[in-house]
Amino acid sequence: METKTPAVSMRGITKVFGRNVVANDHVNLDIYKGEILALLGENGSGKTTLMNMLAGIYFPDEGQILIDGKPVVIRSPRDAFDHHIGMIHQHFKLVDLLTAAENIVLGLDGKLDLKAASAKIREICSKFGFDVDPAQKIYDMSVSQKQTVEIVKALYRGADILILDEPTAVLTPQETDKLFAVLRSMKESGKAIIIITHKMQEVLSLSDRVAVLRSGQFVGDLVTKDTDAQEMTDMMVGHSVTLNIERPEPVNPKPRLEVRDLTVRTEDGILKLDHVSFTANSGEILGIAGISGCGQKELLEAIAGLQHTQEGEVNYIEDDGRKESLIGKDPLKIAEMGVVLSFVPEDRLGMGLVGNMDLTDNMMLRSFRKGRSIFTDRKTPRNVAQNVIHDLEVNTPGLNTPVRRLSGGNVQKVLVGREINASPTVLLTAYAVRGLDINSSYTIYDLINRQKKDGVAVIYVGEDLDVLLEIADRILVICDGKVSGILDGRTADKREVGMLMTHIGGKANEQA
Amino acid sequence: MSKPEKKPLFHIVKRAPMPWWKAWLYRGLSIVLAMILCAVISLIMTGQNPVQIFTSIFNGTFGSPRKMWATGQNVAMLLVISLAVTPAFQMRFWNIGGEGQALMGCLASAACMITLKSVLPNWAVICAMLAASIIAGAVWGLIPAFFKAKWNTNETLFTLMMNYIATQLVAFFCVFWESPKGSGNIGVINQSSNIGWLPVVGGQKYLLSILIAAVLCTGMYFYLRFSKHGYELTVVGESEKTARYVGIKVDRVIMRTMILSGAMCGIAGFMLTGGTDHTLTTTLVDGRGFTAVMVSWLAKFNPVWMILASFLLVFLDRGASEMAQKCKLNSSFADILTGIILFFIIGGEFFINYRLCMRHSETKEGIAHV
Repeated sequence: METKTPAVSMRGITKVFGRNVVANDHVNLDIYKGEILALLGENGSGKTTLMNMLAGIYFPDEGQILIDGKPVVIRSPRDAFDHHIGMIHQHFKLVDLLTAAENIVLGLDGKLDLKAASAKIREICSKFGFDVDPAQKIYDMSVSQKQTVEIVKALYRGADILILDEPTAVLTPQETDKLFAVLRSMKESGKAIIIITHKMQEVLSLSDRVAVLRSGQFVGDLVTKDTDAQEMTDMMVGHSVTLNIERPEPVNPKPRLEVRDLTVRTEDGILKLDHVSFTANSGEILGIAGISGCGQKELLEAIAGLQHTQEGEVNYIEDDGRKESLIGKDPLKIAEMGVVLSFVPEDRLGMGLVGNMDLTDNMMLRSFRKGRSIFTDRKTPRNVAQNVIHDLEVNTPGLNTPVRRLSGGNVQKVLVGREINASPTVLLTAYAVRGLDINSSYTIYDLINRQKKDGVAVIYVGEDLDVLLEIADRILVICDGKVSGILDGRTADKREVGMLMTHIGGKANEQA
Repeated sequence: MSKPEKKPLFHIVKRAPMPWWKAWLYRGLSIVLAMILCAVISLIMTGQNPVQIFTSIFNGTFGSPRKMWATGQNVAMLLVISLAVTPAFQMRFWNIGGEGQALMGCLASAACMITLKSVLPNWAVICAMLAASIIAGAVWGLIPAFFKAKWNTNETLFTLMMNYIATQLVAFFCVFWESPKGSGNIGVINQSSNIGWLPVVGGQKYLLSILIAAVLCTGMYFYLRFSKHGYELTVVGESEKTARYVGIKVDRVIMRTMILSGAMCGIAGFMLTGGTDHTLTTTLVDGRGFTAVMVSWLAKFNPVWMILASFLLVFLDRGASEMAQKCKLNSSFADILTGIILFFIIGGEFFINYRLCMRHSETKEGIAHV
């Protein structure tokens, strides 16, 4: 393999943001035709930046990119297409109101001939086994369909080098399998594929070769079949780590939060939650599994008093068995009732924190009302911030740094740190480790487990089923806003959860 | 590939935040460069000695004690209106209705002066004027805020339109209270009795405005920086979702902040009608409601920097008109020069945030200024 000319060769690529944030430091990377390369690295190690330079989003400060051995300059996404490079970004770049075919030809030169385009799209689809209806509008599509459109868009423009940035984050296990089958068939036809992912299982099952970045530098590459998850993780982190999540037995679990027939519609009348019922116990982690957008967000926000509900009950159960309804109360009223309910929302910087404010001011979000004075007390939140930095090992230049400048993992530590500082009795977390690297993820798992041991009722909405199965005591599977099943975390099986995620009741539809 | 394989001449890169002294160095440099360009253009267009041109600009502000006091008064008025719109801006509520809110303050003051002059003693008229101006400005601010809070209407258009309504109302009352009859003007109100005229402090007609502005500036600084209200409105501005998440009542904060913003504009109107001009015209606020938007932004919503920004704009304005007068130029020429200087100041902000990387060069900062 090493004697072949690489399809893409990156030589000494350097990218610096601001004065001293070195995103990529003289990175050398080769990608060959007919191989799937997994690009691994912790958050902030520069994977996406490196790929964005291939895709023409950023321009390197230094270094040279060679395509088929010839030096090229990529100034814009259009240049990238001219060099047959296509990138599927984590956040899709599609126009919702247009059809698949319209999105695919968008921005191309020449006459607009949708019929010919549709024919070509069908041809690509049959070649690689995609399933795309060229006339379907994007807003009608599921996440996985949108992703397929993105891939077809890249192929339509003649991409021979395909970059996928965390493509499986939003997919079910079944959809992931389908995607991988397509990627393998594209590899067979001689395309070069680069995939960025955090999930070790996927790296092992899909890739031929693994390249590892650490703090912007290229650490090395490995042939996948000669390595294992432990070795790759150690390389990424730079020292040895343990990859086990503990799951202590719940101590004295008591019903803490009772949800009965909770039904939620959006303002447009779309049914988001349909008679959802469950009970969360103290000292226990209730995992919630489901395809993203199936009502998880609405469920947590309804409990936290942020979502208008149509019918049903949410009751907080005191130690002595008294029930208090949380329905129709906003977060302030819930807090005034004496219920300490902490919520780590999915949208960290858009909801949980204020990106432009510093650590102290963000800690103050929960406490600024305390006291009679018209002025705020900054001393207490500053101490809280200091404790969080110290206890959770937050990597920050100081207390006065706006949190948006911190890396994803550190942002999450600040948010979780603030929420558990209130000593909650109920902790709601949504995608607590999304986008976090291995080290930060394990810190968060550990924090959540500590809360569980302290008797907190934890509701953990997750997307990585492997993790859910390891950490949760019980797993509630949600499908299209309905409870599809509640399983014991210790005995549940990944396939079974996957089936429940896509079909109510799971097994019934399996034979069909 | 038909395109030549050439690296782009330059690309733009975002900078790491620079230390404050360096940012101010850039700002100072922008003004110096702007002055040089202005001098060159003036030289070409008029053939006048640039030194003379700059002297007259400087004289426009500092030429005589009377001019210096007038400058102080202008800075104070602009500062008060800038301070007034700032809490709204900090909340990302684009209140460009400062003009109308202040004009409503003028109208309310004038109304009290005219209708209460023979009913109440002087001090009571002044109190009534202050209260009426505050209420009028606050109501003018509250109306768009209420619609924004309840039905999420666009506040930019709404506040802008409220300006026109205020102007038309004032135009109506100018005719309604005209004096002498048939003039369509109000003229100086209570010229003989001086009822409702703010007292002269320290023998200087303009000193009171400057003192009021100083007090409001200090108050606003503490309100925005250290008060719970200030913190709440900042959170609302940054993210309404976060605000709701921590239980802040967003609607209430929007309305409360706009009442404050409008009320302060009302005070500015009170100062204009009661303190200095003693009259009511549709142009009494003189565009300060719009200039205030720029002052507030230039100062990045910091009340202390706003003193400087107000001074700068007043200095430019007065200097330019003085120059136009001295050199017998059309006043449009003064506007051109003001435009150039503002363009450079705002352009300077671009280079504080971004730098250009030239082809094949390891530029750090030096080249950034073009």
